[in-house]
Amino acid sequence: MADLIALTPCDGLLPVTIGSINLTEDVPEAMTLIAPYAGQEEAVSERLEAAHGMAFPAANRSTGKAGARAIWFGQGAALLQGSAATQELADIAALTDQSDAWAVVRLEGKSAAEVLARLAPVDLRSQVFKRGHTARCEVSHMMGSITRVGPEAFQIMVFRSMARTLVHDLKTAMAAVDARG
Amino acid sequence: MRITCPICGDRDRREFYVKGAALARPEASATLEDWHEHVNLRDNRAGETKELWYHEMGCSAWIEVCRNTVSHEIVSTRLAATADLGAKR
Ligand SMILES: [Zn+2]
Repeated sequence: MADLIALTPCDGLLPVTIGSINLTEDVPEAMTLIAPYAGQEEAVSERLEAAHGMAFPAANRSTGKAGARAIWFGQGAALLQGSAATQELADIAALTDQSDAWAVVRLEGKSAAEVLARLAPVDLRSQVFKRGHTARCEVSHMMGSITRVGPEAFQIMVFRSMARTLVHDLKTAMAAVDARG
Repeated sequence: MRITCPICGDRDRREFYVKGAALARPEASATLEDWHEHVNLRDNRAGETKELWYHEMGCSAWIEVCRNTVSHEIVSTRLAATADLGAKR
C-alpha cells in the first residue's frame, strides 16, 4: 500500500487576509449527513442531543457551537460537523459520511456580509441573518451552504471539487469590498 | 423574479430549475389516450398556470408554483409532495 499524503480541500490556497477580512480553512474532524427516516425526527433529535449535546436543527438553523455543530442541510437533512455521528442513530436515520466531500471555509471581518452579498442572492445582513442561521443557497453559481457562526463570521461550504473556484471568487469579492474602503 | 420556497423562504429565480406543467399522474389503469394527453397536450394558457420547480441551489425540494404567465406574478407555492399529483397505485 502506497503511503498517501492527505491534503485538505484548500491546501495551498488559504489562509488569505485582504484589508481587515480574513479567509481561513476549517477542517472538521468528521462530517456526517443525517437524514431521519419518516416519523423519526423527534427520536433522532433526542439521540443526537444525548450523544452530541445538540438538538436536530430546524429548517434554516444550526445547533451546537464551534467544534461540534449540526447544520440544517436541505429538506429533511442536517450535517453534523465534529466527531463522527453516533451509530445509535443508524436504525432511525440514514447516515452518510461526507467528511472528505466539502470544502469548509470561514470568512471573518467587519464587512464579511458585504463580501458575501456579491456572491450569494440571499440577505445575510445581521438584522435578518443572525448567529446560528443557515442557508442552502447559491454561492457564486455553486450549490452552497452559508452559516453565521459569529457577529462578523460566516462558515461557507461548497463541494470539495470547487474549492479553488470558491477561494478565487471570495478573494475577488474581498478585494473589491476592501477597495471601496 | 422571486419564488417563495415553502422551506427556505423568498429566493431568487436563478436558484431554481423549472420542469414544466404540474400535472396529476394518470392512474395505472389509464388508457393510451390518457397518457398521450398527459405527456403531449398542454393548454398553454395566458394567465394562472401551475408548474413544478426544483430548488436546486437550495433545499432540493420540488415545489408546485402557481404563476401568472401574463403578469409574471407568483401567485402561490407549496411543496409538490403536498400537491396530490401522484396517482393511486
Ligand atoms: Zn428551498
